Amino acid sequence: MNNYETVFILTPVLSDAQMKEAVDKFKNILTEQGAEIVNEENWGLRKLAYPIDKKTTGFYYFLEFKADPSVIEKLEINYRRDERVIRFLTVKQDKFALEYAEKRRNNKGSKKNEAPAPVKEKVAEKVELEEKED
Amino acid sequence: MAKQSEIRYLTPVSVDVKKKKYCRFKKNGIKYIDYKDPEFLKKFLNEQGKILPRRITGTSLKFQRRIAQAVKRARHIALLPYVTDLMK
Repeated sequence: MNNYETVFILTPVLSDAQMKEAVDKFKNILTEQGAEIVNEENWGLRKLAYPIDKKTTGFYYFLEFKADPSVIEKLEINYRRDERVIRFLTVKQDKFALEYAEKRRNNKGSKKNEAPAPVKEKVAEKVELEEKED
Repeated sequence: MAKQSEIRYLTPVSVDVKKKKYCRFKKNGIKYIDYKDPEFLKKFLNEQGKILPRRITGTSLKFQRRIAQAVKRARHIALLPYVTDLMK
């Protein structure tokens, strides 16, 4: 069992119910394969940094799970086959990522419904880079 | 040689004491760079969205590699642009 995290972007044309359905579908795929979902975050409708398939916004959904490596292949095949998914990214968490993810989860628990929130230590650390740039 | 010493400046020439660059990750004990946080990653990009070199940011090689990895992931999921103008 490894720790993974995955982000996928759904097309913005879906209704809320359709979106939920799509998310549930992927969660089911994971749980059916014996994966254990550790954390999930709905980042909601976000503006994309560049258009994908002529769309400028997308629903972001983030999952953290524990699974065997074989599950990833299954999951990604399903991402590719599903037309509602316009982009996805699956990453294995190394030990540093794991530590960070835990902190992030605890952080999220304290303040609710926060989109990707910068973790404390990163905010605290404000070094002026601008000065060095010139 | 003698001529050079005759040059006088009205204001004392400020010879900047070079501020030593340091790796902010090492200094602050940050071990993991999150690709999900575009605002943080933007500190390491120029206004065209290119990754700044180490000689400017002072990041150590180890963390420069991790920045690059994180930026590329963020670009893939459209949190950061691949190319842009006037990002900041």
